[in-house]
Amino acid sequence: MERLLNVTSLLSIALIVSVLMSLRRAHIRVEYSVSWLAAGVLVLVLSRWEQALEVIAGWIGIRYPPAALLSMTIAIFLVVLYRMSMILSALKDNNIALAQRLAIVEFHLESVKGNGEKAAQN
Amino acid sequence: MSKVLILIPAFNEAGAIGFVIQEIRQKLGDIPVVVVDDRSTDSTVTVAKASGARVLPLPHHLGLGGCLQAGYRLAYELGYEYVVRMDGDGQMDPASVPLILEALRESGCQMVIGSRYVNGEAAYSSLLRKMGIRFFRLLLRPILGQSVRDPTSGFVGVNREALEVFSRSFPLEYPEIEALVVLRRRAFRFKEIPCRMRPRRAGSSTITAVKSIYYMTHVLLGVLVNILKFEREKWRL
Repeated sequence: MERLLNVTSLLSIALIVSVLMSLRRAHIRVEYSVSWLAAGVLVLVLSRWEQALEVIAGWIGIRYPPAALLSMTIAIFLVVLYRMSMILSALKDNNIALAQRLAIVEFHLESVKGNGEKAAQN
Repeated sequence: MSKVLILIPAFNEAGAIGFVIQEIRQKLGDIPVVVVDDRSTDSTVTVAKASGARVLPLPHHLGLGGCLQAGYRLAYELGYEYVVRMDGDGQMDPASVPLILEALRESGCQMVIGSRYVNGEAAYSSLLRKMGIRFFRLLLRPILGQSVRDPTSGFVGVNREALEVFSRSFPLEYPEIEALVVLRRRAFRFKEIPCRMRPRRAGSSTITAVKSIYYMTHVLLGVLVNILKFEREKWRL
């Protein structure tokens, strides 16, 4: 049990450090890093605080606390991934609207250009 | 035919788009034609322009729904009263366009579908497509409150009311079936009229068995989401 908790702690520290480094290099925006940092910190706290883990394992009916930690870790990251899917969907909608607007503006520009050329010829 | 626009969504249709536009010119005269180019990698844009159409060039590939909605938005902004959508593969005969417009004007429906099935089965539909259409006919009958023989037809005319709705809200993938439910949510009406379809002039259908399953799942989910929105709107009333 001790080894599993240590490995989980190390993985969560690795996640937190990676996110912080990505933030520093501007590879991830602050608003999108919050979910990953919160998930990493939560998993780290649970893997280090055995009494809390045992209490939570009791609540959700799992006798072996590391199994409860794994279940919760999966649940936490599923929530993060779901949030990311929502953000991606909103971005895609915005992207489509922007692409359509750009095409329409380009269409109008062509019209103006065409009218200008006709006027110049006359 | 004033205030009427022909809209052709196109992706890599260089082999047929020229013929389609020239045939429209021959049969319908100087009706405005806009080709919405979904970032084709072939010479679709060049051929369309050379044939006398205007081109709405999307900056990147959006798929059929996004491509069509761009065209509907443009048509709405330009003040068109009626828009008829045709495919760029030459399957649809422009001679049917006046019939669609007449049905739009006289029936008061917001949408008219040019159907290959109103007068029996079409010769140029694949078995997969026929099976899918039969499935969606059964599914849509209770949702729409009327039967629809050809729910996947891309030969569609809309009036300004539908144009206004579609310019704001339009399904982005596989839009034909979902668009009917979008209109139903607004208590809009549609009508089918028989139209002659021909074999495509160039290219081949991209529908495979796996894609059909994805298509059906996607459309079912889209229809379900629209029904849920419909119910929510009813509760608000």
